[in-house]
Amino acid sequence: MSVNERIVDDFKKNDISFVTTVPCKQLAGVIDAIEADDSIYHIPANKEDEGMGLCAGAWMGGKRPAIIMQNTAIGVTINTLVTLTQYYRMPLPMLISYRGELGEPVACQVEMAVHTKALLSQLNIPTYHFHKEADAEELDAILKHTFMCNKPVAILTDATFWNGY
Amino acid sequence: MIRSEVLREIAPIIRDHLVVCNIGLPSQELHLIDDQPSNFYMLGTMGLSSSIGLGVALAQDKKVISIDGDGSVLTNFGTLPTIANNVADNFILLVIDNGSYGSTGDQPTYAGKKTSLTKVAEACGCENVVECQAEETPQVIKDALASNKMTIIVCKCESGNVKVPVITMDPVSIRDRFMGVVQA
Repeated sequence: MSVNERIVDDFKKNDISFVTTVPCKQLAGVIDAIEADDSIYHIPANKEDEGMGLCAGAWMGGKRPAIIMQNTAIGVTINTLVTLTQYYRMPLPMLISYRGELGEPVACQVEMAVHTKALLSQLNIPTYHFHKEADAEELDAILKHTFMCNKPVAILTDATFWNGY
Repeated sequence: MIRSEVLREIAPIIRDHLVVCNIGLPSQELHLIDDQPSNFYMLGTMGLSSSIGLGVALAQDKKVISIDGDGSVLTNFGTLPTIANNVADNFILLVIDNGSYGSTGDQPTYAGKKTSLTKVAEACGCENVVECQAEETPQVIKDALASNKMTIIVCKCESGNVKVPVITMDPVSIRDRFMGVVQA
C-alpha cells in the first residue's frame, strides 16, 4: 500500500468523510487519493481559512472533517484557528506539507519553515512531525487523539517523508 | 430599511431552520431579536459565515441559512466559487448588502460602489441568484425555502445600526446547543 493510500485508509478508519484541500506539490498524491475515494466528500478550498470554515460547519453538521494544506497556510489561518476552531472547541486534523525542510529547492519556502513549529507551539496546537515513512504508523493514533480532545492538531510532513518530490 | 429591520422581518421565517450568523452586529441583533438554539453566532473570524453554513448543509439534510454581509463576502471572496461548485440544495446564502462595514463604523464597501455581488455570484457559477430590495426579503426567503434549490439572495438595504449588547454566551454553549438541534 502506498503512503497516500495508507493516509486515506487511516482517515476512513477514523470516520473522516469530509476533506478540504489547498494543494501543494508534495501533497498531490494524497489529494488525488482523497478525490478518488467515494466515501470521502472532497471539497477544494480557495484559501485555507475558508477550508477551516467548511470543516467547522461539516463537524457541527455531524461529519468528521480534515484539512490538507501547506505550512505557509499557518500564516493565513491563525485568526481562524484561534477564534473559530479553538474558541468553539472543534476537532481538526491538519495534514500539512512541511515545505522548506531538507531537500527543499525553493529558498523562499525556508522563510516560512523556520516559523512553522514556533507558531504552532505559540498557538498550543499539538504538533507531530513525519520525517520517515514509518512515522505514518502514528497517524491512526493522532486522528483518534484529535477527535478525543476536540482540538486542531498539526501533522507536519516534510520532503524526506514524501521521498522528495 | 436597515439590517436590524430586515432581521426583525425575517426572524419568524428563519427561526425553524439552522442559521449561521455573521460576526459582530448581525449576530448581536439576531440574538436580541430572536435568540434560538438553532442560531450559530459567529464571535470571531470575519468572512466565514457562508463557508461554515455550506459545511453544515453538505454534512446533513436540514435547511441552513447563512446570514452574511457584503463586507464579509468581500473578505472571503473565494467562497462564491466553492458554493457554486458544491451545490447543497438545503443551503441559502443571504447577503445583507448595505454597502458598508456596519460593525466597524459604516465605512463604505466596494459592493456599495461599482461592484455587484449579484453579478459576481452569477459569474462564479451560482445558479439561483436573487437580488431584492430590503422590503421584499421575507417573501424571497420563503420562495427560496420552498424551491428546495440552493439560493444566493443579495438583499439591498440601507446602511445603519442600532445599539445592541454584545453576546456574552460561551462559544462552546453556542455550538453545543446548535449541534443539539442538528441532531434532533
